Amino acid sequence: MSSINLGIAAPPRTSLLEWLTTTDHKKIGVMYIASAFGFAAIGGLIAELIRLELAAPGQQFVNAATYDQLFTVHGTLMLLFFAGPLAIGFANAIMPLQIGAADMAFPRLNALSYWLFLFGGLIVMSGFLTTGGAAAAGWTGYAPLSSSTFSPGAGMDLWIVGVALVGVSGVLGAVNFMVTIYARRAPGMHMFRMPMFTWTVLVTSTLILFAFPSITAALAMLFIDRHFGGGFFDPTQGGNPVLWQHLFWFFGHPEVYILILPYFGIISEVVPVFSGKPLFGYRFMVLAVIAIASLSMGVWAHHMFTTGQVDLPFFSLMSLLIAVPTGIKIFNWIATMWRGSLRFTVPMLWCIGLLYVFTIGGISGVMLASPPIDYMAQDTYFVVAHLHNVLIGGTVFAGFAGIYFWFPKLTGRRLDEGLGKIHWLLWVVGFAVTFIPQYVLGAEGMPRRIADYPAGRGWDLPNLISTIGALILAVGTLPFLLAVWRAMRRPADQPADPWGANSLEWATSSPPPHHNFDRLPPIRSLRPVFDERMAAEAERRARGEGAAGPTAGPAAAGGTG
Amino acid sequence: MSADATVLPAAAGRVKTASHPARGLGNPVLGMLLFITSEVMFFAGLFAAYFSIRAGHTEVINGVATHVWPPTQDVGILNPWRLTTESGALNLIVPATVILILSSFVCQWGVLAIRRGDQRTFVRAISLTFVMGVAFLLLQAYDYTVLMHEGVTLSTGLFGSTYFTLTGFHGLHVLGGTLMLAAVAYRGRAGQFNARRHDMVEAVSLYWHFVDVVWIVLFSVLYLV
Repeated sequence: MSSINLGIAAPPRTSLLEWLTTTDHKKIGVMYIASAFGFAAIGGLIAELIRLELAAPGQQFVNAATYDQLFTVHGTLMLLFFAGPLAIGFANAIMPLQIGAADMAFPRLNALSYWLFLFGGLIVMSGFLTTGGAAAAGWTGYAPLSSSTFSPGAGMDLWIVGVALVGVSGVLGAVNFMVTIYARRAPGMHMFRMPMFTWTVLVTSTLILFAFPSITAALAMLFIDRHFGGGFFDPTQGGNPVLWQHLFWFFGHPEVYILILPYFGIISEVVPVFSGKPLFGYRFMVLAVIAIASLSMGVWAHHMFTTGQVDLPFFSLMSLLIAVPTGIKIFNWIATMWRGSLRFTVPMLWCIGLLYVFTIGGISGVMLASPPIDYMAQDTYFVVAHLHNVLIGGTVFAGFAGIYFWFPKLTGRRLDEGLGKIHWLLWVVGFAVTFIPQYVLGAEGMPRRIADYPAGRGWDLPNLISTIGALILAVGTLPFLLAVWRAMRRPADQPADPWGANSLEWATSSPPPHHNFDRLPPIRSLRPVFDERMAAEAERRARGEGAAGPTAGPAAAGGTG
Repeated sequence: MSADATVLPAAAGRVKTASHPARGLGNPVLGMLLFITSEVMFFAGLFAAYFSIRAGHTEVINGVATHVWPPTQDVGILNPWRLTTESGALNLIVPATVILILSSFVCQWGVLAIRRGDQRTFVRAISLTFVMGVAFLLLQAYDYTVLMHEGVTLSTGLFGSTYFTLTGFHGLHVLGGTLMLAAVAYRGRAGQFNARRHDMVEAVSLYWHFVDVVWIVLFSVLYLV
């Protein structure tokens, strides 16, 4: 930001205009996070509708056609407009602070990315307003179901355009993150002093760069098939429907790692702070992230085992191998906690919840990577249970950890601990009640994407339990919303470093000024804020004043910058 | 850089944050290289579709399913070395290719000029590159009209679908490139670039070389192999 302050105040702008036109990475980050939660709320309400319909055999609330639209939009919103953009929101808001930058490398491009994402989501949802309804071919949009023959409505076209927009937004964002990390690190911030979250943003951006264009190309060809008589995915013209699956999953599988790696980064930030120890095996954690990302480019066809057109041993082996670096990360988090002085704050509780829940999801993923099991479980509720297990137990739990952790930094206010603990408890319980029965349903052969099922197959009770669990999750969200509402009504009173944390974002005020840093502490290790706090404490002790609490913050250290 | 430092207590001093690296690639150049990476993957997706369809295309010849490409109905349409097409129209795809390849050299001539600080040559070279880009687009439009006249469109089978999709997306990228070149030429005329500050020129030239390379691959795959 190269504005020159000559003592003349900028003309006052209304706060609405400021938000609409901002190029400040923190504001854009907050808008990303808020919009992502908005889409999650809509996707979540749709999920409740789906679960209510499935609570008992027979059709109660929605007909089969509407049901198809509901699960399609639910999946699209949750994956592409919530889980991904939430991570991009954190990356926007936090990453430049962590490397001591004043803003992103291309602030205006950053604003463009946000608006493309927002309108992409609105365009997908606007399908509900068309006569044919929204897209109904599933979030995977498999050909030929997505062709003009089987999905003639405008909803499918709106889906294509919306997803293409968020794809372009992701690529532009990834370029921006990578250049920012390359070029705007503060003096002393070497690559191997970067916090884990920044590392995961860098690696995730690389994945986005390689994976997203594949879906853009596929969507372009689908659009040509639908409107200009092309034959790419049309077998009657000699096209190849499995080609769509290849192009989709070449995007789709790296995408699920795009949806988890930044959240691994969040866990790697939160656990050391509340364990009172440095992150165990930092370099191995970095290598594990790079290993996961590399392997993830070679596993896409494990979604296509049952097409009979893929090399089963290769894709099975690659998928199984991913469990190794992921396991390294899980054990390193546990080793970080080992013999630490644990503080069970709300962000830390989400991390501990993740260690249990995500690991179960990871194990069911290893099961699905084995072709014999996959042949049986393909398109059953076992897959539904697995993907929600990793996406809620991984992405959402870590997302909430990040929200509770960085809320003071972004707003200057702290979320209520009591409400946060209720929120956490209801979600851990609600998660298990919702999704463990779905593993049972899958093992009993209940297919996914059906609006109704016959009674008397033993599917009634697990479905009912699962629906009750979904309602627990919905109720469990209310304490969170209440905590946010109550916090925002209070004045901003949080110090720069309310947690006694390590990385650079805690060296500036909460919320940070527009230019981020009035002063930077010296960066001589992975934990510059910790170093400064220790130095200040040593100085106080030398003067015989005794140690200060963990919230004294680096302000007491004086102008060592 | 951060002039807000003027309103801080004097003791706080100036904050050292980086806006660009002291040496190495400039931000626009690195950003463009990364963007080109994603563009390579985009074209890789289109090429993957093309090769998959081409490899899977069979026709029944003498009662036996045989792999042929191009499809029998489209055989003979794409011969770059003939002066006229089947309908007798001029075949200008080789001149178009030559113009695009030469434009990359002209573009680089302009980049070398601005590196020395020679603004006159720079503006001339970039303007010429722009004109050559537009000429390529016009020739491609002409090529499309000829093909459509001979009955090949997006919807006349796999050959038309793949041909127009691949060349069409390449054409859109050339169009984007010419717009960037126009912006560079306009800013160059206004004297906004010099030997030290011309990152945008470098970035745009990289993009132009990229669309050129894509065309070389595309031409080879569609017309020669």
